[in-house]
Order: sequence, then structure tokens, then C-alpha cells
Amino acid sequence: MTATEGIPLTPADLDGGRVYGDDPDVLGKFGVFGGRYVPEALIPALDEVAAEYEKAKNDLEFLREFDHLLRTYAGRPTTLTEVPRFAEHAGGARIVLKREDLTHTGAHKINNVLGQALLTKRLGKTRVIAETGAGQHGVATATAAALMGLECVIYMGAVDCERQALNVARMKLLGATVVPVSNGSQTLKDAINEAFRDWVTNVDHTHYLFGTVAGPHPFPEIVRDFARIIGVEARRQIQELTCRLPDAVAAAVGGGSNAIGIFHAFINDPGVRLYGFEAGGRGVESGEHALTLTQGSIGVLHGSRTYVLQDDEGQTIESHSISAGLDYPGVGPEHAWLKDSGRATYQGVTDDEAMQAFALLARTEGIIPAIESSHALAGALRLGRELGPEATILVNLSGRGDKDMGTAMKYFNL
Amino acid sequence: MTTLQAVFEKARAEDRAALVGYLPAGFPTKEGAVAAATAMVEAGCDVIEIGLPYSDPLMDGPTIQDAVHRSLTNGTRIADVLRTVEGVARSGAATLVMTYWNPIDRYGAERFARDLASAGGVGTITPDLTPEEAGPWLTASEEAGLGTVFLVAPSSTDDRIARVAECCTGFVYAASLMGVTGARESVSVAAEGLVKRTKSHTDLPVCVGLGVGTGAQAAEVAGYADGVIVGSAFIRRLLDAPDEATGLRSVRELAAELARGVRR
Repeated sequence: MTATEGIPLTPADLDGGRVYGDDPDVLGKFGVFGGRYVPEALIPALDEVAAEYEKAKNDLEFLREFDHLLRTYAGRPTTLTEVPRFAEHAGGARIVLKREDLTHTGAHKINNVLGQALLTKRLGKTRVIAETGAGQHGVATATAAALMGLECVIYMGAVDCERQALNVARMKLLGATVVPVSNGSQTLKDAINEAFRDWVTNVDHTHYLFGTVAGPHPFPEIVRDFARIIGVEARRQIQELTCRLPDAVAAAVGGGSNAIGIFHAFINDPGVRLYGFEAGGRGVESGEHALTLTQGSIGVLHGSRTYVLQDDEGQTIESHSISAGLDYPGVGPEHAWLKDSGRATYQGVTDDEAMQAFALLARTEGIIPAIESSHALAGALRLGRELGPEATILVNLSGRGDKDMGTAMKYFNL
Repeated sequence: MTTLQAVFEKARAEDRAALVGYLPAGFPTKEGAVAAATAMVEAGCDVIEIGLPYSDPLMDGPTIQDAVHRSLTNGTRIADVLRTVEGVARSGAATLVMTYWNPIDRYGAERFARDLASAGGVGTITPDLTPEEAGPWLTASEEAGLGTVFLVAPSSTDDRIARVAECCTGFVYAASLMGVTGARESVSVAAEGLVKRTKSHTDLPVCVGLGVGTGAQAAEVAGYADGVIVGSAFIRRLLDAPDEATGLRSVRELAAELARGVRR
């Protein structure tokens, strides 16, 4: 099989193979993480989603339809691109990008939304709601909703609406209603609160199309499984390209969906190191960061037990990142589990490091990455210098940077 | 200290429903919350729920969000919540803490249970703690002699209702509607059916909350439930008042109106 040849999905691709013991248990737990901490009113809806998903993931008809959409609509499989000129700055290690930026709508988010939109139809629901930070998940959801004729309402922090005005316009053009959320920190976490409030009110006809591998069970599992195609493809493609598995896989981590998406297919490959790069913002000392896994503590946020940025009394601490998509004080429970089990390593990348990698990839390779993905690129530069010139690093280029031009103009005085 | 059991026995003897009032600690100020809750008790509230302000109140509507935000901005800490409980319990009402799970989780379940009991609290209402995750809290509460109140909702299946009720001591909180907290024009028609279904699974009193804000609504709910829970309507009175004295008077009036309602 070549890199461009189709990669059909199988039920095993979706359920993760159940080898490593990394699927959540019946309570939705990855080790001690995950579970459900939600109002009782939502339990039946979560049960309904979980039951329908169990059926769907073993239904070849559903998988075929999902696969068809991924190929003919999302533009899968996405290619790998080796970036030698960029890699010169990483001590000569081989760096290979998984080009999720080339998918329809410009980011990996399309994979999850197509899967969940199909699931929404199976559930017999006519309306989807979603939260969005950078706007990428909102745009992807609005896209899938337009494609499938679903009513769509997107909750977005008022601060993010301003940072990502272009994406707000895209969502509106796609027929979605965008609701700016002006309480709390006015970013992703508050948009999630507001989406939950909508869901509990309209749950009879509404599916909450959750955008990341966080939240109450079964969302961490469902979103992972729909994002998992990234790693499934990349694992085959990189072996075709380099005749072996990579030494390291690098991805940016906010909520963690793109990272889990590329990590998951490699979890049972002990020789492949998994690195997640969180948003270090203005640096650890500044307190203005989104270093949930590396600086946070275990708690409950948005329905799930996981690492959280919180004070000594459990109040959520507002996160900071130059990239709206990583600006989240929680993280998916499976990442918490991967961290504590030692299978994956998580490090911080500051705003400045990310922006330098952003500009470097543009100048050396002619690819403008999303600022989110630039955290993984900066991490790869660091890893390359650590692992040496013999190493191959696979980086999830989770999205493209068109949406970030406003931020880049300001940052670089363009 | 008045126990929940005593509250409901007394209400039953008087052939009425109990009146439960909610107010977040630290709102409108740390002292103001004690004053307002005491006024609510003097005017007829049997039970007071003191809200523990939390940064991400995802089942609360705009009114409680606003109050909680102000409280946190006032610098309210768990020690203040406990002091508020202490102050309110002195008024003679059975005093509970209503809180999202994370603050207790972080504070330590055993420590929180112990401290709440010594402050004179009789238990907690935990809206985002499900029976599956409640084990440690049930143990800690039992050891400290605290009641545990959990929620059922119109969407709850009979199995779920039975499961939730099993975790409850004191009473079961029936959320009248599918939605967030906040006063509404009318009480959801789903409430009565939910109370009936819940009563078929438990002998505990069942109280109805969400969307109740007037004497007439309280009277309606009192027709089928053992208790009527009012939160946002009290907060609204405090938010709308030009000064604290007016707010207190207004809260007292509302409590009296609701107290007449549960006796109709």
C-alpha cells in the first residue's frame, strides 16, 4: 500500500484494538481519570450517546459512511511531508509532518465532527451545539451541520470571538448561530459551561458535539476514536517513507484531541516515544499559561476527573495562551492517564517558542501552521536536539495558520 | 441543631410543605449572606442551603452565576462558607451546603465533612456528583453524621431514581425541569410526575427545586411535594435592591410570601 492509497477503516481502527488496556472501563475511567461528574439530568443523554456509539462502531454500514466522508469530503488520507530545511534547526533529526492542515476546513477537527454528526443522525436528533476556542471546532461543526442539514449553535468565548473574528464569519456563513459567551474568563472553558447549560435544556432534540477528548464519558472515548484515523494513517505512511517506526511522535495538547488522535495508533509500540506539548504561555513563572498536565493538579472539570489548573480550594485558574485552541485549564482524562502511567511525556512550549517555530516553518518550508500546531513544531525542534541526528520525529501538523494571521501581524509587526 | 428529619416531621404535623431557601455564601457580602439567610429563616424558611461559590457553575442560570461571580470576586473562601453555615445554623434552620464536587474533592472529603459538621451544617447537596462517583463522599458524610442529598431530573429513568434515592439521606432533590437554575413564569408540568415516580422508590421526603419563585408557585408545588426549594428569586431580590437594607427587607417579604404559599 502506498501513502496515497485509501486506508479503509475497520471496527478495530475505531475501537483501538483493546490491547493496551487503554479503553475506559464501564464507568468511563482511564485508571482513576475520567468518569462522569454531571447533573443527573444529563445521565440519560450520556447513556443514550454511549449506547448508540457502541452500536455504531461495530456497524460496518456506519463505518463505511464515515470512511466515505473522510475520503470524499474531508480529503483523507492526508499526506506526510518531510521538512529537511526546518529540521536543520533541530540538529539534523528527520522531521516528518502529518498534514492535517490539508483537510477540509483546515484542521484535524473535521474528523471528529463528521463522525459525531453521523452519530447525531443515528440518534434521531436535529440540532447540534458545540463549544469552540480557536473557532476551528466551531467551523468544523458548522460545516458538518450544513452538510447534513442539522441546526447548529456554537458557543464561543467573547474574547475568542474577537481573537478569531474570521472564524466567526465562517461559521455564520455556514449557517450556524454563534453565541458569544461573556461570563467568566470569556474563553473556551466558559463556552463549554454554556454549551452544557444549553444541552441540559434542549437535550431531547440536541446532540452536544463535543470538540475534544475531555468532558464526561463517553466523549473522551468517542472523540478519540474519530480522531484516531490520524495516527492509523500516519503509522502506515511513516513506515513506507522511512521503513521503520518513528522514534518520537509530537503533538500539541490543549484538550488533547489531535494528540490522542496521532498517539493512539502508536501506544502499543514501546519504541515510539510520545510527546505532548502544552501551551506555556508567558512562562511557568508568569502564572499565565495553560500547563495543565505539567503544572496542574488532579481535580474535576467539565464532568471529568483529570489534571486541572486550580487553586488550593478547587477554583479553576484561568489559562493563558497565544493560541486560542490551547487556552484551556483542563485536559482529556486519557492524557492524564498516559502521563501518570509514564507512556507519554508532556512538556511546555511558550508563546514565543511557538511563534518562532511558526515563522520558521513558513520560511523554510512554505507551510504556515496553526499556532496550536506550532507548539508541537517547537517541541520537535527541542526533541531533535535531544534525540540526535539519527532520530525521526513525526509531528502532527494539526491545522493551518490562515486563521492566525491577525495574531501573527501583531506579533511580528507584519 | 435542627435535623432535616425534624424539619419534615414538623411540616407534616402542620400539614404543609417545608420551605427551603438557597443563597451563596459571600453574597451580597460575607456578612450580608448571613443576614439575608437569617431574615429568610425568620420569615419562614425551614431549611437553608448555603451555596459554595465555584468558578464553573455549569448547572446554574444567569442569576446564580452573577451572584457566585460577585461572591468569588469578594474573595470568598471555604472558611467563609463554613462561617456562614455557622451563622445561619444559629438562627435555628437546618443548614446545608450546596456545592459542585471539585471544591470538596480538593479540600478533602473527610476534612470537609468534619469541618461542615462542626460548623453546625446538617449535610450537603451535590448536583454534579453521581451515585457512581459518590462512594468516598457517602462514607465521609456518614462518619461525620451529615446528610447527603442528590438530584433526580425529569429525564431520570426509574432505575436511576432508585439508585440516586438510595444515596440520599434527609431528602431527595427533584429538579422540576430540564434546564438550569432560575425563576420561571410557571412551574414545569414535569415536576409532579417526577415527585410521584420518586416517591414510589423511597420513603424520604421529596423537595422540588428549579423555577419556583412566587407564593402561588410554592402553593402549587406544596400540593404534591414535601418541600419547595427557592434560590434565584431570593438572589434576584438582592441583586435588584439599591442597598443592602432594602434587599434584606425584600428577601424577608419574599420568604413570608413563600411561607404562606407552602401553608395554603
